[in-house]
Amino acid sequence: MYNKLNEIKADFDEAITKVQSKDELEQLRINYLGKKGIVTELLKGLKNLDAAEKKVAGKEVNLVKNSIEEALITNGKRIEEEALLNSIASAEKFDYSIPSKLNTGSLHPITIIQRQIEDIFKSMGFIIEDGLEVQTEYNNFEAVNIPKHHPARDMQDTYYLENGQLLKTHTSAAQNAIMKKYGAPKPGETLKVLFPGRCFRNENIDACHENTFFQMEGMMIGENISISNLIYFMKVLLSEVFQRDVKVRLRPGFFPFVEPGFELDVNCLICGGEGCSTCKQSGWLELLPCGMIHPNVLEMGGIDSDKYTGFAFGLGLTRLAMMKYEIKDIRVFNSANLKALKQFSKK
Amino acid sequence: MLISMNWISDFTDLSGIDYKELIGRFTLSTAEVEDIYEVGRNVNNVVVGEILEIADHPKSKKLHLLKVNVGDEIVDCVCGAPNVFVGAYVPFAKVGGMVGTLEIKSAEIAGCLSNGMCCSEKELGISEDNSGLMILSKEYNPGTDIKSFMQLEDTVFEVDNKSLTNRPDLWGHYGIAREISVLTKRPLKPLDVFETEEYDSLDKISVEVQSDKVYRYSSISIANITKKVSPVNMKIRLTYCGIRPISLLVDLTNYLMLELGQPMHAFDNSIVKEIVVKNFENTFAFSTLDDIERTIEPETVMICNGSEPVAIAGIMGGASSQITEDTTTVLLESANFDGVSVRKSAVKLGLRTDASSRYEKILDPELTVPAIKRFLKLLVSIDPDVKVTSALTDCYVKKYDSVTIEFDKKYVDKYTGIDISADQIEETLTALGFHVTRNEDDFKAVVPSYRVTKDVTIKADIIEEITRIYGYDNFELKSTASMLKPVEPMYQRENEYKMKMYLAEHYAMNEVHSYIWYDNKLNKQLGIETDRNVKIMNSEMADNDTIKSTMIPSLIIGASKNLDTYSDVRIFEIGRVVKGLKNDGLCNERKHLGILLASKEKSEKELYFLMKEVLEQLTMNIKSSQLHYSEISGEAVPSYAHPVNVVNVYLNNIEIGCFGCIHPKIEQKIDKKVKMVFAEIDLENFEEYLPKAMTFDEVSKYPGSTVDLSFLVDKTMKYQELQSYLNQYENKNLIQYSFVEAYEDANVLKDKKSITVRFEFGSKERTLESQEINDMTAEILDLLGKEGIGLR
Repeated sequence: MYNKLNEIKADFDEAITKVQSKDELEQLRINYLGKKGIVTELLKGLKNLDAAEKKVAGKEVNLVKNSIEEALITNGKRIEEEALLNSIASAEKFDYSIPSKLNTGSLHPITIIQRQIEDIFKSMGFIIEDGLEVQTEYNNFEAVNIPKHHPARDMQDTYYLENGQLLKTHTSAAQNAIMKKYGAPKPGETLKVLFPGRCFRNENIDACHENTFFQMEGMMIGENISISNLIYFMKVLLSEVFQRDVKVRLRPGFFPFVEPGFELDVNCLICGGEGCSTCKQSGWLELLPCGMIHPNVLEMGGIDSDKYTGFAFGLGLTRLAMMKYEIKDIRVFNSANLKALKQFSKK
Repeated sequence: MLISMNWISDFTDLSGIDYKELIGRFTLSTAEVEDIYEVGRNVNNVVVGEILEIADHPKSKKLHLLKVNVGDEIVDCVCGAPNVFVGAYVPFAKVGGMVGTLEIKSAEIAGCLSNGMCCSEKELGISEDNSGLMILSKEYNPGTDIKSFMQLEDTVFEVDNKSLTNRPDLWGHYGIAREISVLTKRPLKPLDVFETEEYDSLDKISVEVQSDKVYRYSSISIANITKKVSPVNMKIRLTYCGIRPISLLVDLTNYLMLELGQPMHAFDNSIVKEIVVKNFENTFAFSTLDDIERTIEPETVMICNGSEPVAIAGIMGGASSQITEDTTTVLLESANFDGVSVRKSAVKLGLRTDASSRYEKILDPELTVPAIKRFLKLLVSIDPDVKVTSALTDCYVKKYDSVTIEFDKKYVDKYTGIDISADQIEETLTALGFHVTRNEDDFKAVVPSYRVTKDVTIKADIIEEITRIYGYDNFELKSTASMLKPVEPMYQRENEYKMKMYLAEHYAMNEVHSYIWYDNKLNKQLGIETDRNVKIMNSEMADNDTIKSTMIPSLIIGASKNLDTYSDVRIFEIGRVVKGLKNDGLCNERKHLGILLASKEKSEKELYFLMKEVLEQLTMNIKSSQLHYSEISGEAVPSYAHPVNVVNVYLNNIEIGCFGCIHPKIEQKIDKKVKMVFAEIDLENFEEYLPKAMTFDEVSKYPGSTVDLSFLVDKTMKYQELQSYLNQYENKNLIQYSFVEAYEDANVLKDKKSITVRFEFGSKERTLESQEINDMTAEILDLLGKEGIGLR
């Protein structure tokens, strides 16, 4: 009996070292501890022994049984660990350098630059307004103090429609409607509005000229808006737009809807003011027209020009986009040429 | 416009002033200077030379050997000029001197030594005349440096004409000198003129003004004019200012125009005797003095000698009455014509002259008489024997009202935001020619006549005068002292940007821009028919004269341009269209989103359902809402749409647009393999629906159950029909149902299809019994059974 037990134990110990998988382990368990397993059969055989023998032999058999169970558990863990290590060792190494298929789409460059500038103005409390593209002669000309016989109203510059309306030639066409919509600001408040828009001029297209282009105009109206405020705001805003401290200078400029009117120059972006070919050695770049809103324009917008003053300024968005992205040919904007436009995939 | 500093110095003392700095200030205070030219610096060591002897050159018929007295010596010179003669005084460039880019050296010319060069006017930069040597008068001795009597050295600056548009007073040197005198705080000298009072008793010239486009017509006649050539310094100034010297009388009229800004015309008085200014009823041909025959329209004002037209008013004189070599008597015109009328005539004639471009700025009529008096002053100084043969005739038909502007210092303070002293205000305006009366801080300023025609009429104009002279660089900068107020969110604009971002980022679409008009030519090529919509009356491009009423045609064209490069194109645009006219006759302008998906790889069905997903996803993102659709047919189907698969799109019962497949006839013209699907949304209608405020529904603590049921229905039945039956079932324990899939199989299901729907049952109070769920399922099946629908 003892010999037999020792034999069984020795056989098992040998077999279990050879076990490599969970299936083999299970098979081994069944062989020894299953319903008809070797150890189970031994235990069954105990019932034929007398009580004293049974007690001694039972103890011995159970010891073997326990040690087998223990070995099964230990080796189970061993097999799991080995399998894990094996699976790690045999894992496929992925080629992280294979390019992903990205398809990001793109926004139009005008949308991008317009949004950037709008964000700056919004942070300074400006309302963004969106005027119509088809305008009346009144809004486009009369209401901004461009009288009947002004050269700007000549047929060759403006697209006139058969119903007597026209395609707006400048964003200023929205001024009157905006003043009427918001009215004069409450005491102590200012009306601050930015109004970007698409404008049209009846001319032939080439690399530098478009009949359809974007402008952005802003105005600020209040009881005590002054030239000093105008220069201050322009300086702050342009420093934000160009992300650097800009120097500005004002020169007299004539635009019918402002008085006084100015041409605003910034120190050259390329040379910083030293003089280079971009600024024609002057150190200055002509950037935007601006001025104090003409009293007639305020009055036509229903705002008392004795009580209120304001300033207005315009920015050529298309031109700014060309400068910023170094676009040489203005025709790119309306081309729908995706080879060009897909490049504008960043926000 | 070119401005000579020598000329300016005639009117204001500029000694000791740095010109560059002054011109820089002029840019900041008055008008933009585009360029500064230092001229005459390259003429050096050129003296008066007297030709003493002339001998033939041994080897050349054209060249001569000269002996020239240059003051301190007599030098040999080889000269090729045709007009040499003994005794002539000529400009002579000595060895070591310089003329233009030419350095003068001792040199052999065709074998003979030449120690210097006799110069023409062109070589000295005085005029374009290179026909021969310049012959000098004998008032200066040989050896005298010509620069001692010729104003060759000058600083000339070019003012951007556009920046003078609104300053008629700055179209002559005297006006510029006035500005400069203000900037330098030096006095402006009065204009030196010839008084004509003593001739007032002579007969006047007969001047009759029949046109209402004339403000003033002044004239005088002069006889016994013997000099033909202008003094050299006058020629130099004309040349430096861009005008070619021609002959004394022509040069003088040009000189006066450049000096005072007043265009003048000299008629030969032997031809032109009486002046009638009028319009003609009919179009006729007229030869201008440049010998071009031009068509004169009835609107164009003409100057006539009696009934015979002799000049186009304010633009150009006629060939028949112009000054010639033989002219000794002139009738001088100094007039003021309506600026708008002159501009329109000049545009119509395609003839924009120095005179017309000045008139169109609206000149001061007060200038005409001083111009005549100044002309006489200069003429008499050049040709002392001339005789005035008429009284100064002045037909002043229309006058501008005098303008007085009243304001106070408080107004200036408010407008400028800074403190400019009352003394400085008074000083500036007075220097600019305003007649100022001041009572402490209250001002009354009478605007000078040369500013009243156009640019100074109201208080705000006074601000510009004060501030530009004060200098914008000297302004203290201040922020506004306004109350902070939150800006109301601009949902519509934000939504637009969200849409763009979503389409670009999530669906990898590309935003494009197109024109507001149709490309009629390309539309025709692709077989895209468009509606008769509002047209542009004066387009440069005849094919592009119709305003778009839909975004889709330009998107189809945009996609077609890219299909050679990309097999899959997804583009969108947010832009304006015009949907005909509104009741008030104005254009019904709308903002539309157009999307076009085009692919040579995907099936039409894939594209269709992708587009549907795009629209619904956008709507869900922005409006937290579902879209609905309705079929359209016949007239309602856009011409570019596939008649079978096209629907109108609704958001909360508002029609917001349309989506569907592109008509195959268009696709086939673009590419045999391409399939296209479009969508167009009216964003204003889209924005009419305001999303409901977000609410929260308590999550049930008890588990729910789901049951999938597959219904067998007719193949043609739409899901929404099934929905309409399911919606009739009401039970608070049915939380929701949703579409799982539709399955077709011609072999097994034949003309039927299977639609699987998932039902979610549950309660907030308890876990439902399985019997309850079975009951509800049975009720649903009963309900559908009545419509003839059973389980698969």
